[in-house]
Amino acid sequence: MATGDVKLIGSWASVFVMRARIALNLKSISYEFLQETYGTKSELLLKSNPVHKKMPVLIHADKPVCESNIIVQYIDEAWSSYGPSILPSQPYDRAIARFWAAYVDDKWFIALRSILTARGEEEKKAAIAEVEERTDHLEKAFIDCSNGKPFFNGDHIGYLDIALGSFLGWWKVVELDASHILLDETKTPSLFKWAERFCNDPAVKPLMPETAKLAEFARKLFPKPEA
Amino acid sequence: MAERSEEVKLLGMWASPFSRRVEIALTLKGLPYEFSEQDIANKSPLLLQSNPVHKMIPVLLHNGKPISESLVILEYIDDTWQHNQILPQDPYDKAIARFWARFVDEQIYVTAMKVVGKVGEERDAAVEATRDLLKLMEKELVGKDFLGGESLGFVDIVATLVAFWLMRTEEVVGVKVVPVEMFPEIHRWVKNLLDVDVIKKCIPPEGEHLNYIRARMDSLKLKSV
Repeated sequence: MATGDVKLIGSWASVFVMRARIALNLKSISYEFLQETYGTKSELLLKSNPVHKKMPVLIHADKPVCESNIIVQYIDEAWSSYGPSILPSQPYDRAIARFWAAYVDDKWFIALRSILTARGEEEKKAAIAEVEERTDHLEKAFIDCSNGKPFFNGDHIGYLDIALGSFLGWWKVVELDASHILLDETKTPSLFKWAERFCNDPAVKPLMPETAKLAEFARKLFPKPEA
Repeated sequence: MAERSEEVKLLGMWASPFSRRVEIALTLKGLPYEFSEQDIANKSPLLLQSNPVHKMIPVLLHNGKPISESLVILEYIDDTWQHNQILPQDPYDKAIARFWARFVDEQIYVTAMKVVGKVGEERDAAVEATRDLLKLMEKELVGKDFLGGESLGFVDIVATLVAFWLMRTEEVVGVKVVPVEMFPEIHRWVKNLLDVDVIKKCIPPEGEHLNYIRARMDSLKLKSV
């Protein structure tokens, strides 16, 4: 569906960029993907997001929108008559989705990342414990939100599925790095099954990076201090 | 909107900017609500039950259903009661409003807290960093009466944190983070805010608030000794 001038500044490896791309896919919006080179920031990125200088940036008819969750909501609202609704329709369900999406970024992701940046076994163990505790919260959130349906958003993937699901590539990479299962079939069975469904969604499948490729990139981003 | 029995209760705290911004929104919408002052040091069973994840105020209870996180609450209020809209209607303008609201909470607030929490060189660095962030807010106000444009909007409500918490804390701490010579637009904006009835009604009374901030600063100093 041709919907005018839509560009997205991003990178194949970024969770936050993936969120925007999934949303664009859900709405069948064609866009120009402007891949940033690792280690440098393009002039367009610096000009479009002068405050944070970070990707993703959605540029729609020359107007930039920044921050992944804000971009996803923008896509849902600007193209509201295209494709399925990304945010739930009821205000209370929207609030719950927004609450948990904020939790994913502010609490869960921070804990996940601290596994990669942990120095020594003690720190790593503590970080793992935190991720497990927070993933447990998300398991309960899934049961509450999904109401027996396949996704947080119900029958189709939505805002919260996208917010958390975009992490699945990195989730696996961190598991490998920590040599510890972080999405456990027995501890969080609902999330475990949801993860597979999410990755197989046609809007997601072409975007999820290969674990090996991402793991290699992770080693560049989070170099281990050599003894 | 059909009249129906709506039970709106706010678990809040009189001196919290996050709690007060919800009160501003409810008042702007003309919504009657029950305010329940919470003791943060001694959390009530209702608070713990309503926000088990963060155990923090504010929590809005609408017909018994809890909503937590002030920005989520503000959007919920706007979604549910659609008169006197707080957020812009246009998707792009909405995205910009959400961006700046996050900026206030995630950048300005976090950095400004370091002004209070640190001393000496670290404090000076925090002051500089806060000013750099505030310069962006200053730019946004040029040619506008409010961050929302001609009238009070979402970002103004969120940014009352700057107008009535950061700027009041300056007085107490004795560090001019937001001098008028550097931030004339922000000072003009604060005056505009004070002309709005809802704001006057919903911000903590100045005298009491300054005493509260003073007492908190003193207890922080005691902790660091």
